[in-house]
Amino acid sequence: MAATESYPDDLKYHREHDWARIEGDEAVLGITWFAQDALGELVHYEPPADGATIAKDTSYGEVESVKAVSDVIAPLSGEVVAVNQKVVEEPETVNADPYGDGWLVRIRMTDPSEVDGLLDADAYKQVVAES
Amino acid sequence: MKLIFEKSQPGRRGGELPKPDVPAAEVPAALRRSRPPRLPELAEPEILRHFTELSTRNFGIDSGFYPLGSCTMKYNPRVNERLVMLPGFRDLHPYQDEDASQGALELIWRLQEALLEVSGLHACSLQPAAGSQGELTGLMLMRAYFADRGEGEQRDTIITADTAHGTNPASVTMAGYKLAKVDTDARGNVDVAHLRELVDERTAGLMLTNPSTLGLFDEHIQEIAGIFHDVGALLYYDGANLNAVCGISRPGDMGFDIVHINLHKTFSQPHGGGGPGGGPIVVRDKLEPFLPVPAVVKDGDRFRLDHNRPKSIGKVRGYTGPFGVFVRSYAYIRSYGRQLREMSEVAVLNANYLLARLRDAYDLPYDRLCMHEFVLSARSLKREHGITALDVAKRLMDYGFHPPTIYFPLVVPEALMIEPTETEAKETLDAFVDAMLAIADEAANDPTVLREAPHGRPVRRLDEVKAAKRAVVKYGFEDHPDLGAEPAEPRQLEAQKGA
Amino acid sequence: MPTPTSRSSPSHSLSYLSLTERDREQMLAAVGVSSTEELFRDIPAGVRLGRELDLGPPLGEQELTRHLEELAARNVDTSRELSFLGAGIYDHYVPALVDAVLQRGELLTAYTPYQPEMSQGVLQAIFEYQTAICELTGMDVSNASGYDGTTVAADACFIAKHATGRRKVVVTEATNPQVRQVVKTYAPGFGLEVVEVTHRGGVTNPDDVRNAAADAACVIFQQPNFFGCLEPAPDLAAAANDAEAIAVAHVDLVSLGVLEAPGAYGCGIAIGEGQSAGNYQSFAGPHYGFLAARNDFIRRMPGRIVGETVDAAGERGYVLTLQTREQHIRREKATSNITTNQTLLALGGLVYLSWLGPQGLRELGETCMGLTEYAKRRLVDAGFELVFPEQATFKEFGVRVGRRATEAVSAARGRGVHPGYAVGRDYEGLDDALLVAVTERRSTADIDRLVDVLAAA
Repeated sequence: MAATESYPDDLKYHREHDWARIEGDEAVLGITWFAQDALGELVHYEPPADGATIAKDTSYGEVESVKAVSDVIAPLSGEVVAVNQKVVEEPETVNADPYGDGWLVRIRMTDPSEVDGLLDADAYKQVVAES
Repeated sequence: MKLIFEKSQPGRRGGELPKPDVPAAEVPAALRRSRPPRLPELAEPEILRHFTELSTRNFGIDSGFYPLGSCTMKYNPRVNERLVMLPGFRDLHPYQDEDASQGALELIWRLQEALLEVSGLHACSLQPAAGSQGELTGLMLMRAYFADRGEGEQRDTIITADTAHGTNPASVTMAGYKLAKVDTDARGNVDVAHLRELVDERTAGLMLTNPSTLGLFDEHIQEIAGIFHDVGALLYYDGANLNAVCGISRPGDMGFDIVHINLHKTFSQPHGGGGPGGGPIVVRDKLEPFLPVPAVVKDGDRFRLDHNRPKSIGKVRGYTGPFGVFVRSYAYIRSYGRQLREMSEVAVLNANYLLARLRDAYDLPYDRLCMHEFVLSARSLKREHGITALDVAKRLMDYGFHPPTIYFPLVVPEALMIEPTETEAKETLDAFVDAMLAIADEAANDPTVLREAPHGRPVRRLDEVKAAKRAVVKYGFEDHPDLGAEPAEPRQLEAQKGA
Repeated sequence: MPTPTSRSSPSHSLSYLSLTERDREQMLAAVGVSSTEELFRDIPAGVRLGRELDLGPPLGEQELTRHLEELAARNVDTSRELSFLGAGIYDHYVPALVDAVLQRGELLTAYTPYQPEMSQGVLQAIFEYQTAICELTGMDVSNASGYDGTTVAADACFIAKHATGRRKVVVTEATNPQVRQVVKTYAPGFGLEVVEVTHRGGVTNPDDVRNAAADAACVIFQQPNFFGCLEPAPDLAAAANDAEAIAVAHVDLVSLGVLEAPGAYGCGIAIGEGQSAGNYQSFAGPHYGFLAARNDFIRRMPGRIVGETVDAAGERGYVLTLQTREQHIRREKATSNITTNQTLLALGGLVYLSWLGPQGLRELGETCMGLTEYAKRRLVDAGFELVFPEQATFKEFGVRVGRRATEAVSAARGRGVHPGYAVGRDYEGLDDALLVAVTERRSTADIDRLVDVLAAA
C-alpha cells in the first residue's frame, strides 16, 4: 500500500520533511515520503482550522501513527483555504500517495518570496541522505 | 474469550447485602436514575471463573522471568500480602484520631527514616502515588524553592538527558518549565562538555537517573553536580534505577538534592497490572519547608501529622499517600535490614552475567560493565536478516519469557533493555540466554517464524493500528462493532515497528 | 559478625535471593571479574557509602510479622470501634471475591500491558472496567484509572484547559477540601486560575455558578457533595454549559444505582474516588481515581486506555491504544505524565460492581439512603439539630452536637463509638458539627447506639 520512495522535481521542500506545490498565489502542502516512512502507517491527522493563519517554520498540525506523533511544519506562511478531509477521514492516504491524494492543506501565501528559501528536490535528497 | 458482559443473564446476581427494616428514602425526581446501568449479572461462581480465566491469559512475575528494563520486576513477597490485610491496617480510616493511629503513623515515619538512610538525604514525603507524580512534586518543590529566594522568574529551564524516560520531559512541561536536553557521550556518560554549554543562570536544575537507562553509572557525577551547584541550580534524581546502588552509593552523596523512589520497583510493591505504586520524595534539608502537607513527624515518643507548613507546595494526593504500599515497602526493607546491599549486588551480578553471555550474539552499544540492567541492539539482525527488536520480543514469548523493554532508550536503535533483578535463579538466566541465542539463530535461518511470532500465546500478534484508527474503548452491548469482520489493515505488522 | 566487605554469601535470612556461592563463582568467571566488588569499579570512591546501612538486622518472616502485628495493634480500626467516619473514605463491605481475584499472581504481579500478547487478562479486565465506568457515569470513554479522587480533578482541569483554551476553573466550595487543595497545588504549573463558589445552606446555587463560570474552562461540583447533600446537579451542569464551560461531576460510584448518570444531564466529564466501590479503607490507600468523558475529549484524556482490536488470525483481542497521548511517546507535549496508575484497585472495583450487579447497586443505594434518613430522624428526635435540614442526602449528613465536635468525638470514642468527622476544621461556623456517614455496614441498632452515646455526653 505504501508508495515507493520519490521526491518529485516539481515540488519545493523544507528541511523538516515537508513539501510545497506552488500554484499561483496559493500553495498545497504535505509531508514527504521520508516523513511518512519514518512514522509508519498514519492513524490520525489533526488539521488547522479553515481560515487559520499559519507561519513558516512553525507547526500547523499534527500527524500520528501508532507509536509516534509529529508536528507538521509549515514551509511557507499563509491563510488556510482548504483542509484535505480525505486525510482526516483516512490518514493512511498519506502513506499511499504523499504528494497527490495525501496533501494536507492549501494556503493562500502571505509572502511568496519565502519560496526562494525552500530546497529543490536534489537539495532535499541530500538532507534525506544525511538523516 | 467472552467479556463478562457477554456472559451476563438478566436476573442473575452475585451477593446480596443486608436490607435493613427502615422506610425507603426517595431520591428527588430531578436527580433520579433514569436507566439502570448495564453492569454484569452473574452468580458468584461464574464471576470467579471469569476472572480466573482472565488471569490464565496473563503473565506476571509469579509466572516467569520478566526482564523489563528500569521496571525492576523482582519477586513480590507473599508475607507482605498478609500484612496489609491485618485489620489494624486494612480497616483503619485516615481521619481516625491520631492517638488511635499511632501504629500507622509510626510505620510511615519509620519508612521515611529508612528512605532517608538509603538515599543520604534529610526530609521525606510519602504522599506521591507513583514515580511520575514524585517527579512532578519534585519540580514543584524546585519552583517553590526558587520563588522563595526571589529567583523564580530567572530560573525557567530544566535539563534532562537524551536517554531519559518520557515521564521526565512530560513532568517538566506540566510543572511549567522549559526543557533542554543534554547528549550522552560514547562511553554512555552525560556529555559534560555539552552540559557546560547548556547550564547557566536560567537553569533551575537537572533531572537524571544514575545509573542511566543504559544501565551505566555516570563516572562524572561529582563533576556534574558541581556544575549545577556552582550556578545555584538543583539536581533531581529519578529513582527508577535505585535497585543498582542501595547500600553502595547514595544519591544524596552523589550530589542530588531531590530524589523520588519507586516503591513498586526497588521496594517490592506488586505492580498490579499497571499499578498501584508509590513515588515518595526525599530532599536536602533546605527543601524541607516546601514538602507537601501533612508531614508525619515524631514528637517525643508520639507520632503526629503536622499541617503547619506555611511554605508547603500544598497537596499532590489525598491524605498521607497510599498506605498499603508503605506497609509492603517497609516490611521489605526490614526483611533485608542492613544487608540491603546484597539485593543490589546480586542485581548487578545477574545483569553482568547476562550481558557477558549475550554480547557476542547481539550488538552492544556501550562496552562497559553494566549496573542492574543493560541495553543491547538488534541492529545487525535488522540489517542482515530484516528482523527487528519487535520480532525478537514477540518470539521470546514462545520461549516462555516476558520480553524486555524494546525501543527504549531512544539513543539506541532497535534497543532491547534487559533488567533481570536479583531474585532470579541462575538456571532462569541461563534459559533466557539460550532462548536469545536460539532467536539470533532463527533470525538467520528461519526468519518467518520470528515475523509471525508469537505462536504460543492466547492471541497472535495484535493489530495496534486498527485499535488506534477506530477506537473501541468499551463494550457496545447490542451495538458493539465486529472489528473482525472489517477489512484487514494493510501494513499492520510493519507499521508496528517501534513498539 | 563479618564486615560487609568480607561477606561472600547471602545470609540464610535473605530468602528472596537464590544465589549460592557456587553460582556466584561461575557467574563472576563468565563476566571475567574476580569479585562482586569489581563490578562496581565505575563508581567513583568519592560517592561510595563505605559503611553498612543503618537499617537494623534482617528479619525473617516470623519476626517481621510479629513487628508489623504490633504496629497494627496500636490502630483502632473499624473492627474495634463502631465508626461513622466518612468525609471521602467510606466503610463499605468488600466481598471475599474481590480479595480472591486480586490475589491471583498473574494479575497481581504483572506490570503495564505494553506487550499485549502477554497481557490479555489485564487488558480485557481494564476494558471491562472502562465499560462499567462508562455505564455508571453515562460517558463514552473512561481511562484505566488515575491516582485517586483528588488528582483526577486536576486531570479534568487540564483536559478542559486544552479543549477550551481558557485558564479559569471553577470549583464549588462544597467539593471535598482535599480535592480543592490538590487542584490548587497543580494550578500554578498548569497555568490555571482557580475560583470557588461558596455553598448556600449546604448546596450550590446554579446562578452563582453561572456568574462564576463566565470564561471558565470547566466547573467542578461534587454529587453528593462533601456535606452529604444532594446538589441540584442538572441545574449546575446547565449553568456551566450556558457559560460554555465543561461541566465536571465528581461522583460516588456507589450512588449511581439510584442517582442519575452525569452524562445524562449535560456533564462532559465525570470523575471521582473509587474507594467506596470495592477497596478497603486502608488509611487512605492505595485506591483508584476514575475519569470518564464524552468522545470529544478522547484524544486529550490522560492515562492509559484499552481498545479492542483483532490479532493476525482475526481473533478479538485488546491493546493499549491512543498511546500517542501518553508521556512515553509525546514526552514534553504530553497532557499528563501518569504512567503507573491504580489498575489493581480498579480491578477490585470491577469485581465488586460485577458481584453487586445493577440490582445490588440499586439496593445498596437505597439502603444507604434509608439508613441515613433513619439516623437523621433519630438524632432530631433526640434533640440534635441537623446542619442542613432542608437538603436531601445520600449516605452522609451534618449534625450539630451542641459542643465542640472534637470533644464530642473524644467522649463518644471513650464509649467505643466514633461518631463522625469534625467538619469545622474545613469550614467556618461548623466547629460544633459532625459529618456522620451511614453505610450498609451499619444497622439500626448501631445507629441507636450512636444516638445514645452522643446524647449521653
